[in-house]
Amino acid sequence: MSLRIEAAQLGHLLEVIRNAGYDLLGPTVRDGAIAIDRISQLSDLPQGITDEQEKGLYRLRTQASPSYFGFSAPAQTFRRFLQPPTQTIFWASRDTPGGPLRMRSGSNVDSKLAFIGVKACDLAAIGVHDVVFGCDPNPQRPAADPLIKDQLYGMRRENLLIIATECGQAGSTCFCASMNTGPEIEAGYDLRITEFVDGEHWMLIDAGSEQGDTLLSHLAGRPASEDDLTTREQLLERTRRSMGRSLDTRNLPQQLARSFDSPAWEDIAERCLSCANCTLSCPTCFCTDIEDATDITGRTAIRTQRWDSCFNKEISWLHGGQVRKSTASRYRQWLTHKLSTWHDQFGSSGCVGCGRCITWCPVGIDITEEAARLTAGTEASS
Amino acid sequence: MAVKKKLAVFKFASCDGCQLSILDLEDELLTLAQEITIANFAEASRAVLDGPYDLTLIEGSITTPHDFARIRELRDMSKFLVTIGACATAGGIQALRNFADVSEYTRLVYARPDYVETLHKSTPIAEHVPVDFELRGCPVNKHQLLEVISAFIADRKPNISSDSVCVECKRRGTVCIMVAKGTPCLGPLTHSGCNALCPTYDRGCFGCYGPQDNSSPAALTQYWQELGTDPQVMFRLLRNFNPATEPFRSESEKWAPKTPEQ
Ligand code: SF4
Ligand code: SF4
Ligand code: SF4
Ligand code: SF4
Repeated sequence: MSLRIEAAQLGHLLEVIRNAGYDLLGPTVRDGAIAIDRISQLSDLPQGITDEQEKGLYRLRTQASPSYFGFSAPAQTFRRFLQPPTQTIFWASRDTPGGPLRMRSGSNVDSKLAFIGVKACDLAAIGVHDVVFGCDPNPQRPAADPLIKDQLYGMRRENLLIIATECGQAGSTCFCASMNTGPEIEAGYDLRITEFVDGEHWMLIDAGSEQGDTLLSHLAGRPASEDDLTTREQLLERTRRSMGRSLDTRNLPQQLARSFDSPAWEDIAERCLSCANCTLSCPTCFCTDIEDATDITGRTAIRTQRWDSCFNKEISWLHGGQVRKSTASRYRQWLTHKLSTWHDQFGSSGCVGCGRCITWCPVGIDITEEAARLTAGTEASS
Repeated sequence: MAVKKKLAVFKFASCDGCQLSILDLEDELLTLAQEITIANFAEASRAVLDGPYDLTLIEGSITTPHDFARIRELRDMSKFLVTIGACATAGGIQALRNFADVSEYTRLVYARPDYVETLHKSTPIAEHVPVDFELRGCPVNKHQLLEVISAFIADRKPNISSDSVCVECKRRGTVCIMVAKGTPCLGPLTHSGCNALCPTYDRGCFGCYGPQDNSSPAALTQYWQELGTDPQVMFRLLRNFNPATEPFRSESEKWAPKTPEQ
């Protein structure tokens, strides 16, 4: 059942969640962008702020509408809270050479996280990571092997509360409609909010879990009418039509699998800086590096996990050398992993259409353009 | 207890800033002194112990004829030789002389230029002797320096990656100032190590860690042009602390002012 509430009720909702012992993480303005940071109250949300995004360009804009969620994909993703950029896996120490080894696990997962304002693309990305890290709540897809479960991700994920929001306007680098991940949000949330500004400022809220039901019971509102639900349909249709980008996904994985020797990779390499911004802005990239280090005394060792990228040199270092030396081979790894081999590995696309890799690539390389160019001329039906 | 390893620090043409990064390791310095014998470190003590050394850190670049013999001698005396900082790894800011007429400079600066013996180029140590590891930066990052020393003492490989500065921005959560504010930034072409210091303080990276391993500078300078960056600014970003290192060197040529800079 959908509940219709006044927008101001959102502040109360945040308070209820905070009082239930959650750390609130959500969109807020920082350093000229909408970042995902710790928030505590309604006034931390970017009310009346929107963004302009294009290839290699991001700018904040104020808008007349008082909406809280009137922006598209924020500068950062929720990835950093489920799989932090750097985390200690364990410490090991001994007092004397040859003495007994003491082990201590690194990261403590003791806080409960609440993600506020998760957009459709980012919610889909969490679903993708659930599969990657072996924490898929409905394991049907190939990689749901309990042996590969990432314990730290799993612990954070288990206590996670998700308040999702449907977009009333798509950005010019968005293409979730092509990737079938948005703009409507169908599952995977505790609460789903759709925000409207039409003379009145109101929201439709739906619960998607028991916890969501409990939260909903704290809010004053009225059951949504047929008209309210139609208004939502219309809003989503408008959003769908305002997608700035599109990607033809028919046979895309197969076509890209045949593009290995395409001259296009070298052409892209002339423009690509191999800087890794695309991968580290992407909500579904998951690659990490494991580093073992000793301290100066040699008595303590520490194992650390850090975000890595297929654009970095060391990631493809195997015995005897680097597998992917050239920028062309690195870009090919990135694009074909996202749009082709991900299907074989995890049973879905690795791209949710958020457009961040387009916006945050400092030289504006556009994954939708490159994929279209790579497959142009190859048979669309095979 | 095992015999303590001997660490020596020597300098060539440099400002001593990297050596000061060692002194800056306030919390760890005492432990360091307990774990190893500091055989030579002019910034900290006058005591000098003879070689051989287990680990020799070299700061500074080769700029005078007698540096040639001295660096070979140090190499022969050292089990591991590690160069620290932009001067030792890339010739440093003094490699700006590589683009100028050095004899003219000496005439202008010194009353008796004939007393001055100097080379026309400032070159990195690795151009003269084999080097076991190069730690970049101007100056080096003290945490990275500690990691390198700890690694060599423990006979392991140092955990120093060669990613771009952008990787550090993204890990740190710094919003990209080039994309969000239009500030020209050399970070995509630059080797990590500083933990994205400049972008985090709202300033474009100017490449003091030198180039990262894979980069196509022309793509970045074209984007800077689109941002409306003055060619003079582009030239200065590229020809800075690592001016003689490729691809910064050749890309800077493209933006060099018509008349030589004074
Ligand atoms: S590949 Fe690009 S558009 Fe797709 S999910 Fe990643 S960042 Fe978003
Ligand atoms: S695109 Fe690259 S960084 Fe991202 S998940 Fe694939 S291999 Fe890893
Ligand atoms: S595609 Fe863009 S963001 Fe990605 S590595 Fe290349 S230049 Fe960097
Ligand atoms: S601010 Fe500079 S170093 Fe940081 S991501 Fe942007 S271009 Fe890269």
